[in-house]
Amino acid sequence: MTSAARSRHRRSTGSRWLVCTGAVACFVMLPFLALLLQAVQGSAGLWSHLVSTVLPVALMDTIILLSGVGLIAAIIGTTTAWLVTAYTFQGRRVLEWALLLPLAVPTYIIAYAYLDILHPIGPVQGAVRWLLGYSSPREFRLPDLRSMTGCIVLLGFVLYPYVYIPVRAMFLTQSANLIEAARTLGVSRRAIFWRVALPLARPAVAVGVSLALMETLNDIGASEFLGVRTLTVSIYTTWVTRSDLPGAAQIALALLAMVVALVAWERWGRGKQRYASSAQRNRAFEPRRVSSATGLLLFIAGLLPILVGFAAPAAYLVVAAWKRVEFAGFSSRFLFEAANTIGLAAAATAMTVVFGLLVAYAGRLRPGLLTFWFHRLSTLGYAAPGTVVAIGILIVLGTFDRFVDHTAIAWFGISTGLLTMGSSAALLYAYTVRFLAISAGGIEAGLSRIPLSFDHAARTLGQSKVGTFRYVHLPLSKAAITAAGLLVFVDCVKELPATLLLRPLNVETFATHLYGEAARGTYEEASIAALAIVAIGILPVILLSRMGRVSSRA
Amino acid sequence: MLPYEMHECYCQVIGGRIGVLGSFDDFGAWNRKTEKKLIPAAEDPALELRNVSRRFGKTVALDGVSLTIGAGEIICLVGRSGCGKSTLLRMIAGVDTIDAGRILLNGDEVSGPSIFVEPEDRKIGFVFQDYALFPHLTVEQNILFGLRGRPKKAAAYRANEILDHIGIEHLKARYPHMLSGGEQQRAALARALAPQPDILLMDEPFSNLDRGLRDRVRDETLSLLRRLGTTVIMVTHDPEEALSAGDRIVLMRSGGIVQTGSGYDLHDRPVNPYAAEFFCAFNKVPGVFREGHVETAIGRFAQRLELGEGSPATLYIRPQGISVSRGGGQFRGHVQSRVFLGDVEQLAVKVDGLEQPLLVKTMLRLEAGTDLVGLVVSPESCLAFPAA
Repeated sequence: MTSAARSRHRRSTGSRWLVCTGAVACFVMLPFLALLLQAVQGSAGLWSHLVSTVLPVALMDTIILLSGVGLIAAIIGTTTAWLVTAYTFQGRRVLEWALLLPLAVPTYIIAYAYLDILHPIGPVQGAVRWLLGYSSPREFRLPDLRSMTGCIVLLGFVLYPYVYIPVRAMFLTQSANLIEAARTLGVSRRAIFWRVALPLARPAVAVGVSLALMETLNDIGASEFLGVRTLTVSIYTTWVTRSDLPGAAQIALALLAMVVALVAWERWGRGKQRYASSAQRNRAFEPRRVSSATGLLLFIAGLLPILVGFAAPAAYLVVAAWKRVEFAGFSSRFLFEAANTIGLAAAATAMTVVFGLLVAYAGRLRPGLLTFWFHRLSTLGYAAPGTVVAIGILIVLGTFDRFVDHTAIAWFGISTGLLTMGSSAALLYAYTVRFLAISAGGIEAGLSRIPLSFDHAARTLGQSKVGTFRYVHLPLSKAAITAAGLLVFVDCVKELPATLLLRPLNVETFATHLYGEAARGTYEEASIAALAIVAIGILPVILLSRMGRVSSRA
Repeated sequence: MLPYEMHECYCQVIGGRIGVLGSFDDFGAWNRKTEKKLIPAAEDPALELRNVSRRFGKTVALDGVSLTIGAGEIICLVGRSGCGKSTLLRMIAGVDTIDAGRILLNGDEVSGPSIFVEPEDRKIGFVFQDYALFPHLTVEQNILFGLRGRPKKAAAYRANEILDHIGIEHLKARYPHMLSGGEQQRAALARALAPQPDILLMDEPFSNLDRGLRDRVRDETLSLLRRLGTTVIMVTHDPEEALSAGDRIVLMRSGGIVQTGSGYDLHDRPVNPYAAEFFCAFNKVPGVFREGHVETAIGRFAQRLELGEGSPATLYIRPQGISVSRGGGQFRGHVQSRVFLGDVEQLAVKVDGLEQPLLVKTMLRLEAGTDLVGLVVSPESCLAFPAA
C-alpha cells in the first residue's frame, strides 16, 4: 500500500490559506502605509502652513461636531431604546423597527433635504411666516441651518440608530432578575433607569456612539453643504483645489489618529459589554403597561426622531422627485447613473464578499496568531473615513500607474497613461478596503454558528476541505453571506467621499450627482437620485429589524 | 447482502491470496477510497498508538501515549475533563495533528513525523457529543453524505440497510431538529456506520441523553456494535458507563494513561490511589505497614505492599465494605449524619482515633435517632497504598 502517495505534508493546505489572507491583509494595509510614507516625506514648508492655518480650525470644528453629534445621538438612542423596551403601549412594535429607518438616510442626503425644506423661501419657513402674518423672508426668518448647530442636530437625528441598536439589545438581554433585585433593594420604578439600566447600558452606549462618530468623521456632504470645515472637508479641498497630496496625506493622518482613538473606545465598550451581558440570561424583563393617554405620549415621543430623521426628508424627496419626473421625465442621464451606481456596487460587493470569505474561512481552518493578525489588519479599513482611504489609494495607484507607464515607454515605446486611476479599479479598491470588515465580520458570525464538530463530521465522512465548505459551510451560512453582501452593496451605493475622489472622469453615480448639484445649489434631478439611495438604504433596515425580532424572540 | 459495488470491483492479490477488494478510478489508478481488506493481516492491530504527544501552547494535552487496540474490541477512554481523552480521539480521526509519535490504522501509518493522511482517507466513523447532524439535510441525506462517491443505487441501498439495522427507517425524511435526543443519537450512529468504517470513534455519545434513556440507548447501541463486530473507541467521563460498556478500559489523567484493563481490573485492582478513587469514593484511613499488615486505629488488615517495615501506608475501604451491626462489631462509632439514597443509606460515622468520619453504605434500616453503631470491615473490600 502506498501510504506515501496519499499523504500530504501536514502544513501545506494550511499555509496556502495563510498566504492568501496575508495577501488580503497587505492589500488593505497598502494605502495606509503609503499615506504614512507620503506624510513623512511631505515638504516641511507646506506642513507649517497647514499647522498655522487649516488645521486648528478644522480640528476645533471636528471636535465640536463630534461632541455635539455624540451627545445628541446618545440621548436620542438611549431614551428611545428604553422607551420601547421598558414600556408597552399601542404602536410599540411599529416604533421598534421604525426607529431604525433614519439609517437609510445618508448624512449628505438629510443635509440636502433640510437645506431645501428649511430654506427661507421653503415650505416650513413659509408656513411659519403665514401663521405669524409676515409676508417676506426679510421680515422674519429662522436661524440659518448652515451652521455648526444645524449640522450637529441633523447628524444626530440620522446617526442615533447606531446607539439605539446596541443599547436596545443590551436592555433586552438584561435579565429581569437584575431589575427585580434592584426593586427589592428599594429602588423605585422611576429610578430604575438611572440607577440600574443606564449604568449597565453604558458600554453599549460607548459602542454605539463610537460608531456614530466614525460615521460623522466619514461625512463630507453634510459638513460641506452646511459650511462646517471639518478635517474631512479639509482633506478634500487640499487635494481637489490645491492638488497638494502630501498636505492631504498629513491631514488624513491627523484624522486617522482620531479614528484610532474611537476604535479603542469602541473595543473598550465591547469588552465591557461582554462582561455586563455575561450575567445569567433569564427572562427579559417584562415591559410595563401604561395607560392609553401616557401610551399616546410615549408613542409621539418615539415618533419624533423618526419624523425628523426619516419621514420628513423622505416625504420631501418623494414630492420633489415626483415634481421632477412630471416636469421632465427620467432623463437618460439618470439611467446611466443608475447603471454606474449599481454596476460599481455589485462589482465591489462580489470582490468584498470573496475576500471576506477568504479571511473568515482562514480563521476557521487555521486558527492561530498569524491568522488572527491578518484578520485584524484586513478589517482595518472599516473605521477609516472614505477620504483617508481615497488619498492612500491615490498615492498607491498613482505610483503604480507611473511605474507601468515608464516601463511600457522604456520597453515598447507606448504610454499606458493612467491605467488604474482612469478606470474604476481605484474605486473598487477603496470600497473593498472600507467594507471588507462588514463582509468578513458577517460571514465570520455566520460560520461561527456552525459547530466545529460539523467540520470533523464531514471530514470523517469522506469530504475534503473543499467539499466540506461546499456541502456544509456554504449551505449553512448562505443567509449570513447574503446579508453581508447586501450590507456591503448598500454601503457602496451610499458611499460619497471616496467615490468623489476616485471616480474616473465623467462617471457619475447617484451620490456624486447629488453632491454636485447640492454643492452648486441646484436641485434638478438630485432628488430622484437621493430618493433612489434612500430606497436602497431601506433594505438593510428591513434586514436589521428582522434580525432584531428573531433575537428578541430567542 | 450483495454489494452493488461488485460489478466494478477488482481485486489485488497479496501474497498469493486475494487480499483487497476495491476498484480502479477513471484514470486507471487504484482508488484507495474504495478499498476494503478481505483478509486483515492477523498481526495488524486495528489501531496502534506509539508515543503520541500533543501540546497546545504550553499545556501538554497528550504526553507520549501508547496503546494497541485489536479488531472488534470495544474500548472505553475514561477520565476527568481535560485529561486528553477527546484530544486523543480527534488525533486518531485526523481532524487534529500530532506533535510527535505515530498512529497506525490496520498497520498503515496515518499520522507520523512525515506522514499525514487526511481524515477523509482514514475510513473512520465518528459520533460526536453534539451529534453534529447537518441541520440542512434530512436523516437520509445525512447518511448519504458519507456515501458520496459510490454509485447512486449502491449508496441508496446501503443507506436503507443501515436505517433498517438501527431501526430508524421511519425517521429518514425528517430533519434533525424534528428528532428527539435519542433519535438524533441513533441517526448520528447510522451516519457514522454507513460508510463501513474500520473503527468507530464516539465522543461522549450518550451524555446528552436523559438518565433513563441513556442506559437503554447505550445497551442497544453497544449490543448492535458487538453484533456488527465493529472496533469501537468510546470516550466518557462517567466511571459507571466505562465499567459497564467497555471490553477494555483506558483510564487517562493529564495527557497520559494511568491504567489499562478490564472493568474488573480497574475497579478491583487499581494500580494507584488515583485509579482507585476514580471508580469508588473510598474511606482513607492512615496506618503503618508491619509484617504484611496495615495497622490502623480500627484494626490490622493483611495487605501486599512493596514497603519497608514501619513505613506509613493508607488503607482504602469501600463504603459498602463496612457493615453495620446494632450491637457489637469490631469497633463502634457515633452516627453524625445520614443520607437516604433509596436502596441504601449513607452514614457518616465518627470513630475514635480517626480524624475523618467513615462513610458507610448500608441496606439496614436504622431507627431514627440511632447514635451508637457497631461496624465490621470486610478485608476483601480493602486496598492499601503507600501514604502520599
